[in-house]
Amino acid sequence: MSEVRRSGSAAEGDAHRDPSATDAAPAVTRAALAAGRNPRRWGAWYVAEHRFRVMRSYTGTVVVAGIGSPLLYLYALGVGLATIVDGSVGAESVDGVSYLVFVAPALLASAAITVASEEFTYPIMLGYKWNPTFSGMHAAPIRPQQIADGVVLSVAVRMLVNTVLFFALMLVFGAVPSATGFLAVAVAVLTGLAFGAVLMAYTSTLEEDTGQLAMVMRFVVLPMTLFSGTFFPLTVLPLWLQPIGWISPLWHGTELARVFTYGYPEPIWLTVVHVAYLVAMFAVGWVWARRIAVRRLRK
Amino acid sequence: MSQPVIVARDLVKRYGDFAAVDGISFEVAPGESFGLLGPNGAGKSTTMRMVGAVSTRTAGDLAILGLDPDRFGPEIRSQLGVVPQADNLDTELRVRENLLVYGRYFGLPRKLVAERADELLAFAQLEDKGKAKVDSLSGGMKRRLTIARALVNDPRVLLLDEPTTGLDPQARHILWDRLFRLKEQGTTLLLTTHYMDEAEQLCDRLVVVDKGKIMAEGTPAALIRRYSSREVLEVRFGSDRNADVADQLAGIGDRLEVLPDRILVYSENGEAELERITSAGLHPLTSLVRRSSLEDVFLRLTGRSLIE
Amino acid sequence: MSDVTHRDLAPASLPLRPARSLYAGNARAVMFRGWRATRSTNWLVMVSGFFEPIFYLLAMGIGLGTLVGDVTTESGQVVPYAAFIAPALLAVAAMNGAIYDSTWNVFFKMQFARLYEGMLSTSLGPLDVALGEILLALLRGALYAVGFQLVMQALGLNLSWWALLALPAVLLIAFGFASLGMAITSYMKTFQQMDWINFVMLPMFLFSATFYPITVYPQWLQVVIQALPLWHGVELVRGLTTGAVDWGMLWHVLYYAVMIAVGLVFTTKRLRALFLD
Repeated sequence: MSEVRRSGSAAEGDAHRDPSATDAAPAVTRAALAAGRNPRRWGAWYVAEHRFRVMRSYTGTVVVAGIGSPLLYLYALGVGLATIVDGSVGAESVDGVSYLVFVAPALLASAAITVASEEFTYPIMLGYKWNPTFSGMHAAPIRPQQIADGVVLSVAVRMLVNTVLFFALMLVFGAVPSATGFLAVAVAVLTGLAFGAVLMAYTSTLEEDTGQLAMVMRFVVLPMTLFSGTFFPLTVLPLWLQPIGWISPLWHGTELARVFTYGYPEPIWLTVVHVAYLVAMFAVGWVWARRIAVRRLRK
Repeated sequence: MSQPVIVARDLVKRYGDFAAVDGISFEVAPGESFGLLGPNGAGKSTTMRMVGAVSTRTAGDLAILGLDPDRFGPEIRSQLGVVPQADNLDTELRVRENLLVYGRYFGLPRKLVAERADELLAFAQLEDKGKAKVDSLSGGMKRRLTIARALVNDPRVLLLDEPTTGLDPQARHILWDRLFRLKEQGTTLLLTTHYMDEAEQLCDRLVVVDKGKIMAEGTPAALIRRYSSREVLEVRFGSDRNADVADQLAGIGDRLEVLPDRILVYSENGEAELERITSAGLHPLTSLVRRSSLEDVFLRLTGRSLIE
Repeated sequence: MSDVTHRDLAPASLPLRPARSLYAGNARAVMFRGWRATRSTNWLVMVSGFFEPIFYLLAMGIGLGTLVGDVTTESGQVVPYAAFIAPALLAVAAMNGAIYDSTWNVFFKMQFARLYEGMLSTSLGPLDVALGEILLALLRGALYAVGFQLVMQALGLNLSWWALLALPAVLLIAFGFASLGMAITSYMKTFQQMDWINFVMLPMFLFSATFYPITVYPQWLQVVIQALPLWHGVELVRGLTTGAVDWGMLWHVLYYAVMIAVGLVFTTKRLRALFLD
């Protein structure tokens, strides 16, 4: 045994101290270096490919929900509820536009939040724990950071599909008076990703789900949806409740989307703040999620 | 010429104060089938994860295919096939899709992966299950699919962590047969097991690991020769009496091991020892003469039984 | 192998004492198990369920209420917006709770935990299991409803003493949804199919006179909404909390009585087919 060990250490020393000296390195080492190139560059995309394939199994749900729920919300709130709101305060008195026009961009941004809260919770739990496909990817040449990137990438695509469908229906309902309205789609995706990246990072830290995700839905997602200036202007709330809106990515996203869909009048600095807030939140969540992926998969 | 595929020297992995792997050294040559044998919690899986370049070592040197896993993780993993202890097949995908998707993780072209997927389904004897859901497979089938998946990148080294744990005897034999074929084709195997028969079947050479340290190294036959006798006589006198009788057996056989339920007598000739016992007026309830196995090696080395 | 067991069991017990094989009068045992399981998993999640309708009430009733002002109900009464939606939210909460408990929860236990198989191999019959699960869901629903009504009282949204009857009304609604939900779930096989339940719930939630009177809709849509169960629940509870009570409300009660009966019949039938035949 000791003999084997001695001969080994010599051979190992050369190869592993200077493995990138490819001329000197043995064929197997060179083969490995070559085979690592693609996964290093495209790993995140391979992960996204996997997510798309999984999403394909519930395409039906995505499409029906993607068309059905905007239709329902736009009709119920933008038409039904609008009848009594406009009847009560006049046709152009919420922000100077009809209730439909007021509420539609909020519903659009909420739709992106909904996608985020579906795709960044249970699928993440599944990948780390329940059906640990993430460790499978990591056992292949994918790096943990690439797994986080790939998931974000795939969800961004799904979000884009959903919000484009939603926006098309908004046009049908006549809820987009302004020509810059299409930018609201980008705003909605950014909003969904800003919230989603933080949510993904949080979910990644969970070793087990003993109801934390249900609590997030109840105490974060739902209040956020209700109190972010979505169904009524934030200013209607008492002053002490308004900070809920300021920290909510949905409020920033909704206000920003309103600027584009109907020219909601706000100072330019506020518009800049909205964008900066959302981008910053996304960046923080993303970096955090990548770190946890490394920590968790490389234990 | 044949440079080792894996070289580990004084490998250490600590979690806080606990050393899961505590200074392990070994080498695996190309085409060799090398085993880590030990009870649960011996540090085998942790070693496998470090060799698999998914866990960072605390200290020591490690080179796989001449590369340091801390710096060249993706490069090393591109050459490995990994069969983890718990199947992590993708239950959201069908059987064949599992192979297709996994092949893509290596950056292999779709067409190539599709061809390999069909070959591997045949190899794993799952040709007619391509469209089945993963959850509908039996335990043995899932294991074979996991092995097929590990082969999708045509790896130089296959890492198998407890490959047959939890399978019924028939499923184990089918699996061993498949692994034997791979061995014949020259694939390097590194496997952990706590089954003696598995180690004896599959390993050219092995190390016995306990509490993060290597206790012995050699071929299965050499280990048995060095740490045990040719035959073992197992006698039972009933749970209450074994300890008392053991005193009276002093001098019989080369060596005695007294276990709660039986006494093991190590000897070149088990039948002869049994005759000596009965002629001394002791009558065991049952007796059995068998050949020594790695189980006996482990008992000798650690004073503990392997399967607890 | 299991075929043999089934064949032995079925003829011996079923034709001789059919009622017994369905119901052993021991739904309590099933409730007890459920209660222990809730306690040992996460009671905080259970408690948190109470806040959902409260959030809606605060946001819509108070926030949106400042935009909407007063609303005219079905019976011609003019009430503040918060008093209009509060009873609807109560009915919706009863529906959501009951549907969750009787669909996702039951589906999981049936398909994955194989809990019912174990229960039905004891002296319990399918009706014990169905009733036990539903009654436990009702108990939970009753707790939420009491909490919500106290909040309504504090905000001055109970406009009449009739509001006391809203509690039994909520239980009736929950019973109806739970028994129908469980019946439907027992026919489901995959998670994808379960998703369709949400597709039915969402429009019911949005359209059933929850946030505004259905008179804003065209006639044909009103008829469709009135055929669906939630509208009956909302109208029943709203009638009681606003004090606009009349004999016609008994139609709503009848609707739910039928729903309960139909649900129980199908659930029992299906559980028997799945596990005993």
